[in-house]
Amino acid sequence: MMLLSISSSVFEPGFFSSAPVHVALIVGAVVSVVSGVVGTFTVVRGQSFAGHSLADIGTAGGSAAYLIGITPLYGFLAMNLMAAGVMELIGIRRPRGRDLATGIVLGAALGLAALFLYLDTTSSSTTGATVNVLFGSIFTLPPGMVPVIAVLSLVAVGFMLVLYRPLILSSLSPDLAAARGVSVRPIGIGFLVALAIAVSLSAITIGAILSTALLIGPAAIALRLTKRTGHAIVTAAIVGIAATWLGILLAYDSYYWMPSNRAWPVSFIVVTLIFVFYLVVDLAVGRRARPRRSPMVPETG
Amino acid sequence: MVRAVGRSSEILAVEGVSVSLSGREILHDVSFRVEGGEFIGLIGSNGAGKTTLLRVILGLVEPTSGQVLIAGKARSRRNPLIGYVPQKIGLDPDMPIRARDLVGLGLDGHRFGVPRPSARRNALIDEMLEAVDATRFAEDRVGNLSGGEQQRIMIAHALISRPRLLLLDEPLANLDIRSEQEVVALVARITAEQQVAVLISAHDMNPLLPVMDRVVYVAAGRVASGTTEEVVSTETLSQLYGHHVDVIHVNDRVLVVAGRENDVHHSVEPNSPRWSA
Repeated sequence: MMLLSISSSVFEPGFFSSAPVHVALIVGAVVSVVSGVVGTFTVVRGQSFAGHSLADIGTAGGSAAYLIGITPLYGFLAMNLMAAGVMELIGIRRPRGRDLATGIVLGAALGLAALFLYLDTTSSSTTGATVNVLFGSIFTLPPGMVPVIAVLSLVAVGFMLVLYRPLILSSLSPDLAAARGVSVRPIGIGFLVALAIAVSLSAITIGAILSTALLIGPAAIALRLTKRTGHAIVTAAIVGIAATWLGILLAYDSYYWMPSNRAWPVSFIVVTLIFVFYLVVDLAVGRRARPRRSPMVPETG
Repeated sequence: MVRAVGRSSEILAVEGVSVSLSGREILHDVSFRVEGGEFIGLIGSNGAGKTTLLRVILGLVEPTSGQVLIAGKARSRRNPLIGYVPQKIGLDPDMPIRARDLVGLGLDGHRFGVPRPSARRNALIDEMLEAVDATRFAEDRVGNLSGGEQQRIMIAHALISRPRLLLLDEPLANLDIRSEQEVVALVARITAEQQVAVLISAHDMNPLLPVMDRVVYVAAGRVASGTTEEVVSTETLSQLYGHHVDVIHVNDRVLVVAGRENDVHHSVEPNSPRWSA
C-alpha cells in the first residue's frame, strides 16, 4: 500500500498508458545510445566545437523543413550533412583550419536559421515551429518516425564500430595513422557523417540549441569515470538514457506541480539532470582523478 | 657502443631525394643509407628538414626527385618494416585510453572494427610493456603519464609489430635530463635486443653520442653522413652550412657554434665523409 502510494506519486496518472510517452521513452533511449557512442569519440577527437556548431547549423534545416512542410528530422539531417561536408572541404590539411571552417559555416547558417524561424512564425502566426525546432519535439513525434530514427541510429552506431580503431589512431596522430596505412581523410569524413546523424537525432529529441548537451554531457561524465574507450561509450549511453528517461518522467509530472497546469520543457529538465550528474561525479571522483603533473621542463620545440 | 648484430643487410636507402613544399625547397639531393641494426642520429636544428625527411621515408610526403628504398624495395605506404614514433601525439588527460590499449593499437590499430581481446594479443602486449619497463603504469591513462613514460609507451606501440627500422621524431624534445637519458638508454637496449635499426632525430646530438653508430647531419636541406668524427668536424659542417662554424669539444660534449662572417675556412676537403650535395 505504502509502495503503491509512493509509486503513484512518482508516476502521475496516465504515464504508462500514454502513447506519446511510449514513443518518447523509446526515442529517448535510442538517441541516448547514439549520442553516447558518437559523443565519446567527439570528445576524444577534440571536436566538441564542431558538434555544437552542427547543432546550431541544423537549426536552419529544421526551420526550413517546417516552412516547406516536411518532417523536421529530414531538414536537420540534410543541413547537418551538408554543413559537415563544407567543414571538411574548407578545413582540410590545416590543423587550425578546422576551427576557422566551422566558424565561417556557423555564421552563415545561423543567419539562415534566423530568417526561416522568422518566416515560420510570421506565416503561421504561431511560435509552434520555433518551439519545436529550438526545444525539441519528443512528446509530439509521430510513432511512424520511430523506425526512421532506429535505422539512422543503426547507421551512426555501425559507422562508429567499423571506424573504431583507425579513428582512435588518427585522433592520436594523423601522421602515425597515415604511416600505418589508414586513410585518415575518409575516416574523418565517416566520423562527421555519424556526428551529423547524432546531432540531428539529438535535435529532434531535446531541441537544436540543447542537443550538444546530450552529445557531450554524458560522454564528459563517462570520461571522468572510466579509462577505457569501450567502457566510456557504454557509460555515456547509460547516463544518457538515465537523464532522458528521468527527464521525460519529471516533465510529465511537472504538469501537476504548478496550479497553472503547464508542464516544464523536457529538454530543460534533461540538460539540467546531465549537469547535476556531472557535478556529482566531478565532486565524487574529482580529487583522486586529478591528472598527475609531469615535471615542469622548459619548452624546446 | 658497437652493434654487430644483424648488420648484414641494408634496411634503408635514401637516394638523391629532393623535396619542395609550396615552392620552397626543403630538402636538396639527400642521400644516405642505414644498415640493419644500426643506430643513426638524424641531427639538425629546428626547421632544418628532419621531420620532412622522416615523412618522406614514411611515404607521407612525395619527393620531387629521388627515391627511398626499404630493404631494397621501393617504399610503399603502410610498410610493416617501419615503426614510427611521431613528435606530437594528441594525448589529453581525459582520453579514455590506457597505456596498454595504445600498445595494442600498435598491433591492429589500422584495422576496422573494435579490438577483440585474445590471450595471444594480451600476452604480446604484456611482453612489450615488460620490454620497455612500463608494466608499472600499464593500466593508467596515457594522458596522465609523464613525458618520458609516454615515450616508452609510444616506443612499445611502434615496436610491437616487429619492424626492422624504427623512426623516432625528436623523442627527447620536452623531456627533463633524466628522462632524456632513460629514453636514449631504452631505445639503444631494446633495438639491440630486437635487432631493429634506429633513425632518431634530435636537435642536440649530445645525449645520443654514447650510442650512435653514425650520424646524418641536416642543415639547410642538405645532409652529410658518416661517423661522428667524420661529420661533426669544423671542416665538414662548415661546408654543409655554407659558412664557417666551429665544432668545440667540452668534457665529452660537442658544441656547434657559428663562426665569424669574415673567418672563412679554406681547407675544406669535400670528399672526406659521404656527401649528398
